[in-house]
Amino acid sequence: MNITLTVNGQSIARDVEPNVLLADFLRDHLRLTGTHVGCDTTQCGCCIVHLDGKAVKSCTIFAVQADGSSVLTIEGLAAPDGTLHPVQAAFREHHGLQCGFCTPGMVMMGADIVRRIPGADEQTVRHELEGNICRCTGYQGIVEAIVDAASQGARS
Amino acid sequence: MRNFDYHRPTDIAAAARVLAEREDAKLLAGGMTLIPTLKQRLATPTDLVDLGRIAALKGVRREGNGLVIGAMTCHADVATSPVVREAIPALASLAGQIGDPAVRHRGTIGGSVANADPAADYPAGVVGLDATVITDRREIGADDFFTGLFETALEPGEIITAIRFLLPKRAAYQKFRHPASGYAVAGVMVADFGDAVRVAVTGAGPSAFRLDAMEKALGASFTPGALEGLNPDALELLTDMHASAEYRAHLVGVLARRAVAAIA
Repeated sequence: MNITLTVNGQSIARDVEPNVLLADFLRDHLRLTGTHVGCDTTQCGCCIVHLDGKAVKSCTIFAVQADGSSVLTIEGLAAPDGTLHPVQAAFREHHGLQCGFCTPGMVMMGADIVRRIPGADEQTVRHELEGNICRCTGYQGIVEAIVDAASQGARS
Repeated sequence: MRNFDYHRPTDIAAAARVLAEREDAKLLAGGMTLIPTLKQRLATPTDLVDLGRIAALKGVRREGNGLVIGAMTCHADVATSPVVREAIPALASLAGQIGDPAVRHRGTIGGSVANADPAADYPAGVVGLDATVITDRREIGADDFFTGLFETALEPGEIITAIRFLLPKRAAYQKFRHPASGYAVAGVMVADFGDAVRVAVTGAGPSAFRLDAMEKALGASFTPGALEGLNPDALELLTDMHASAEYRAHLVGVLARRAVAAIA
C-alpha cells in the first residue's frame, strides 16, 4: 500500500505491506534507528514517537495507520540548527541516562509531558512515566530532567 | 505477524460491508489489544478494517440527560474532556487510569468495551453507570452486554458506534492497579442515581458484574460502613498468578468502601 506521511518535517512516500509496524518502518525503511524497540509488547516505551503531536508507542501502530499524518522521532526533536529541545538539554544537564537504550522514548515522552502539563511536579512526572521502563533503573536523573524542563515551560 | 488486507473506510456502512464480505475480517480501533494479539498470532484475520478514519465515531457530547461518547474516542480525550469532567467526573477519572499516557492516546472506549477484557476498566464504568451500547444495528443495555470472558452480546459484524451514559448524582471509581500492566486486579464503580445505587466490579470475575447486596445496602445507607461484611463470594471470582479469588474478594470490599467514602 502506498503511504505518504511527514517524518521530522520531510514528506515521505513509500510502498509498505499492511503488517509493517510504524517502529519497523522508521527503523528499517527510513533508517531512523533512534527509535528503539525494547519489549515489542507496548510496555517499555522505548519506541515512543509523536504522531500528530501526541506520544504513541510505534511498536503498536501499523505504518499504514500513519498515512497522511505527521511523525516526529528523536532525530527530529532538536532544532534544524542543532539547538537541543529543552527536554534533551535537561537530560544532558541532569545526566538523565545511563546505557541510553530507553533514552529516545524517555525524551519523547518527556517532551509530551512538558507540552501537556507545564510545571509538572516530581510526583506527576513519575506517574506520567508509567509507560516507560529504564533497565538501568536510572529514573532519578530522568525525572529530575523532565521536572526541570517542565518548569522552564511553565516559566516561558 | 501474518499479513492481511487493510481497509480504511470513511463511513460505518462501508466498514460493515467489508466485515460482511470478507472471510475473517476484524475491526481495528485503537489497536492497543488487537496489535499485540496479532503479533502473538493469537488472531490471524484475513482483513483488518481500520475505524480510525470515520469521523462520525469520534467525540463527546451532551444529549438530553445523558453523555454520548463516540466509539473511537481515545482514553486521553475522555480523561481530559471538560464535558466529561463536568458531567461524570468518575468516568474521566476511570479513563485516566487506563494503561499509560501513550496507550491512552490510542486506545478507544469502543475497542475496550467490544474486547471485554475481564481486567479492563471501562466495563465497570459501562455497567456501573447503567450505560447503553449503541451499535450500527440496535441499542444494548449494559446489564445485557457483557456475557462472559471476552464475550459480549455483539453479533458477528456488528459495530459499536457510541456509548451513552446516564448522569449519576454522584459516582466514584476505585481500582487496584496491577503495577506492571496497569490493568485492574480489581476495580469498582459505585454510582448513586438518587432512586437507585449501582455497584459494578471489573478485574475480579470473567466479566464485569454487579453486586446486588452492596447496592441494596447503599440504597438504605450511603456510607462505607454499610458495606461491612458484604464482600462478594470468592467462589465466583478469578484466581490467577497475580491474585487469588479470596484476595480479590477482599479487594472488592476495600475498593467499594473507598469509592463510597470518596463521595459520601
